[in-house]
Amino acid sequence: MDRMIYLAMTGARETMQAQAGVSHNLANANTTGFKASLNHAQTLEVVGPGHPARAYSMGMERLADLSPGPLQTTGRSLDVAVEGAGWIAVQAPDGGEAYTRAGDLRVDSLGRLTNGAGHPVMGEGGPIALPPFEQLEIGRDGTVTVQPMGQPANALAVVERIRLVNPDPATLARGEDGLMRTAPDAPPPADAGVLLRTGTLETSNVNTVSSLVEMIQLSRQFEVQVKMMSAAEDADRASAQLLRMS
Amino acid sequence: MNHALWIAKTGLDAQQTRMSVISNNLANVNTNGFKKGRAVFEDLIYQNVRQAGAQSSQDTQLPSGLMLGTGVRTVATEKNFTQGNLVQTDNSLDVAINGRGFLQILTPDGTVGYSRDGSLKVDSNGRFVTASGYEVQPGIVLPQNTQSVSISADGIVTAAVPGSVAPVQVGTLQLADFINPAGLQPMGENLYMETAASGSPQVGNPGLNGMGSLIQGTLEGSNVNTVEELVNMIETQRAYEVNSKAISTSDQMLQFVSNQLGR
Repeated sequence: MDRMIYLAMTGARETMQAQAGVSHNLANANTTGFKASLNHAQTLEVVGPGHPARAYSMGMERLADLSPGPLQTTGRSLDVAVEGAGWIAVQAPDGGEAYTRAGDLRVDSLGRLTNGAGHPVMGEGGPIALPPFEQLEIGRDGTVTVQPMGQPANALAVVERIRLVNPDPATLARGEDGLMRTAPDAPPPADAGVLLRTGTLETSNVNTVSSLVEMIQLSRQFEVQVKMMSAAEDADRASAQLLRMS
Repeated sequence: MNHALWIAKTGLDAQQTRMSVISNNLANVNTNGFKKGRAVFEDLIYQNVRQAGAQSSQDTQLPSGLMLGTGVRTVATEKNFTQGNLVQTDNSLDVAINGRGFLQILTPDGTVGYSRDGSLKVDSNGRFVTASGYEVQPGIVLPQNTQSVSISADGIVTAAVPGSVAPVQVGTLQLADFINPAGLQPMGENLYMETAASGSPQVGNPGLNGMGSLIQGTLEGSNVNTVEELVNMIETQRAYEVNSKAISTSDQMLQFVSNQLGR
């Protein structure tokens, strides 16, 4: 059969996969601190006998769209959003350090500061543990201040400083758990220029309008690929007809 | 069959959960001591379809891989324990907690529940009970001929009885606090239960060691902000719509294949 049908098939397959990426973004339209993933395709030439006219399509994910999402005020003292560029360091389930923009923090039963997904938040000296407290304030630079239980309001204690980093976006890659990571041997240094805003959350940066447009475009593109497949089928049938005896 | 269909389905599920949480918040906008909830979402695991840096030929590498997300999941619905509005009722048995802490309530199954709802009642035996009739701990019993009750900021309950010049001290209301109140399990009837996530209760007298103080004749209203919930509702509805659009688009794509090919 004509090889054209295989080329059209890879186009359709990759378009379908890109559609899954768009659906993933839309499903996370309300996930705190979510960064939309961007898909693109790349041509992959088939080298072989004959003219080098065949090129498969192969879908890729560029690094997520890192533009900031809209800020939502919640008024909760443990909700923080990173202003501008920068990341909050958390401890990933594998024990290593990973980065997130989801700042819906909370305190677990052991007094550890974790984020909404349960990853412990890193301070300058490892995961942050808090003493029993009455009031907790997180400063703009990530300094965690508490009024310890039973102490007067003027006896504030600085516990730790949340580790905020601003690595080169090109070194970041998304892990399978959705957290961002850099190369394990080179953790980025803490950056004093990264600022937090308390009482706010960064919502998902998925633009639902452009995602919908992308979805329509992909679905039309898919139809074109399928049309090519059906054209290949027609051509094949016609040639079979020519060769028929009688 | 197609990733996109199932991914969009997780989106619909998540928005549905969020809508339930919002409806519950709005339904409890006038419930004493109610704390608003919030659904926490997380993106589901990513499938590494194509590893970045793999060889695309002997001398070239793929510059980026393909990580395909698989949708969203609800990790938790957490309570927001900010103080609700204090409403003055002038009922001597209403107490609001100004600050941290929970009243301890003995539930019928013998476990202790925790509540911020301070609309106390007195039953036929003179005991302090909640609106559901559950006894407040430590138990406080008023004398049969009590004329009036007063509750001080530090929880001391005194009753004025005929024939006695000085009011009679009948007991002390104590509060319990948790390191992580958001980890408490809501049980309905304005009660919360201790869980492994909340930590164990620290019991103390009101106004001491960081406990909130009591205000008699006042109730703590719900901390639900209706405007905020309505905005959340709009956002949820639109997100639900785009996710259902994603399902119908994927469906049309598959339909197109089956109509066009292999006729």
